[in-house]
Amino acid sequence: MQINTYIAGFLLIYIAKLVKYMYRITFMNDSASSFQTALQLVTSGNPELVEIVALSLKVSLSAVVFASLLGMPVGALMAMRSFPGRAALITLFNSLMGLPPVVLGLVVYLLLSRAGPLGEYGLLFTPEAMILAQTLLVLPIIIALTRQALSDLHVEYAEHFHSLRLSMRAEAFALLWEGRYALLTTLLAGFGRASAEVGAVMIVGGNINHVTRVMTTSIAMETSRGDFTLALALGIVLVSIVILINAMVSVVQMRERRHQ
Amino acid sequence: MNLRVVCLLGSLFGLLGVNSSYSEDRFITLASTTSTENSGLFDHLLPVFTKESGIEVRVVAVGTGKAIRMAQTGDADVLLVHHRASEEVFVEEGYGVERFDVMYNDFVIVGPDGDPASIATKSNVSEALQAIAENAVIFASRGDDSGTHKKELSLWDSAGIDSSKRDSSWYRETGAGMGATLNVASGINSYTLTDRATWLKFANKGALKILLEGEPPLFNQYGVIKVNPERHPHIKHADGQVLIDWLISERGQSLINDYQIVGEQGFFANAGK
Repeated sequence: MQINTYIAGFLLIYIAKLVKYMYRITFMNDSASSFQTALQLVTSGNPELVEIVALSLKVSLSAVVFASLLGMPVGALMAMRSFPGRAALITLFNSLMGLPPVVLGLVVYLLLSRAGPLGEYGLLFTPEAMILAQTLLVLPIIIALTRQALSDLHVEYAEHFHSLRLSMRAEAFALLWEGRYALLTTLLAGFGRASAEVGAVMIVGGNINHVTRVMTTSIAMETSRGDFTLALALGIVLVSIVILINAMVSVVQMRERRHQ
Repeated sequence: MNLRVVCLLGSLFGLLGVNSSYSEDRFITLASTTSTENSGLFDHLLPVFTKESGIEVRVVAVGTGKAIRMAQTGDADVLLVHHRASEEVFVEEGYGVERFDVMYNDFVIVGPDGDPASIATKSNVSEALQAIAENAVIFASRGDDSGTHKKELSLWDSAGIDSSKRDSSWYRETGAGMGATLNVASGINSYTLTDRATWLKFANKGALKILLEGEPPLFNQYGVIKVNPERHPHIKHADGQVLIDWLISERGQSLINDYQIVGEQGFFANAGK
């Protein structure tokens, strides 16, 4: 009991120190603080920033859309039916949720390189390559979380579906529709992973100015130029966008619950 | 209710449609080094080139070793790197057409202000490196098979300190780009070898400063090579040649000389000399 109090005390002190330090470097830098720089970048409508943010959203949202179109039906099927190897598949997709983006980036790089099997299409270092990598990155999350979200729902509706003699496809769509608000959280989890990763897009995109430069690769680049103020400012913008998107989805979910 | 969902999804899809790149239809891919990108040279040169030629240049900045491998597999049209021996092998093996000198600058050894191994007082590079090794003062190495890394290894070899004598207690390989390695050196107050342009542009110098410079072995030559279209038929060799001709032309050369980093000239054009 007493030891726990000590640990909690130490933790509190260090968290307080950390917060103070972050506050100082974020808001109180001598010349221009990161927060000021972030504000300036946003309010001035800096065209390069707009371009980078738009490309980041385009890549990550496209990846989530493609991964959902592929993954949600698969997840629904896995929630509805038992078949040989289902347990192994579930374990596989659960494990792939933790796949390091850099490994996936390397695999996609080797596939798309001119020396690789898909080399003739010349897709390496394009936004399409980044969308492909992030789609594969997000797919296991969508499948695994869709299956989890719909499993309980399916138990609830199983008899009902049975009495209606629905086809498997109709049953899957009905289940997906009934679970649509739970599935929003699945989408957010997928978007979170896609928008936060840097390993895969750096390798397959190459961080090319005006073509494949996204938020996370610019932050990595500015950090390596030693320009921490600008890097942190970009970080603040990225976090704000993610919060904004999450808030929008939360509002939709809350309103729906009130209506039910 | 559902209208709102539709609106939300609609706005998200609207974002997807944003045409986020003002890229040209004509483009070539240039494999180059982190030192040229971190120094800001390409941001100075390439917009002018694109405006004059209508060809967009997509720069992928990696270490020289990786840039050469990218060019070998046909993933780049033009190669601009700085390790002459590897460049010549690349051309000899038939991967490249011809190598041209473009520009040079020099490497410098930076280290903590106090200079614990007193390398600033040494008369040449070998003695300085020997002093670092003898005193086992921390040295941050790129360790990423880049041009700067290859140069650093050759300097250690000429100083008679082979890899078995470079103990990990003081010799730290970051395996990262020039800027990232300078961040490490600045964070742990160690010595490191860097090209001058990246150093000038680098904004997180901390207690580091230049301790050794101006020695002949620290010369840093950049070369440009077109990837051989006979090896890779998809290479955009005509547009690649336009870039090379422009870089070694009077126009390109004078623009390179014009590039100033905090009031100092970053690169010195020397094509055809």
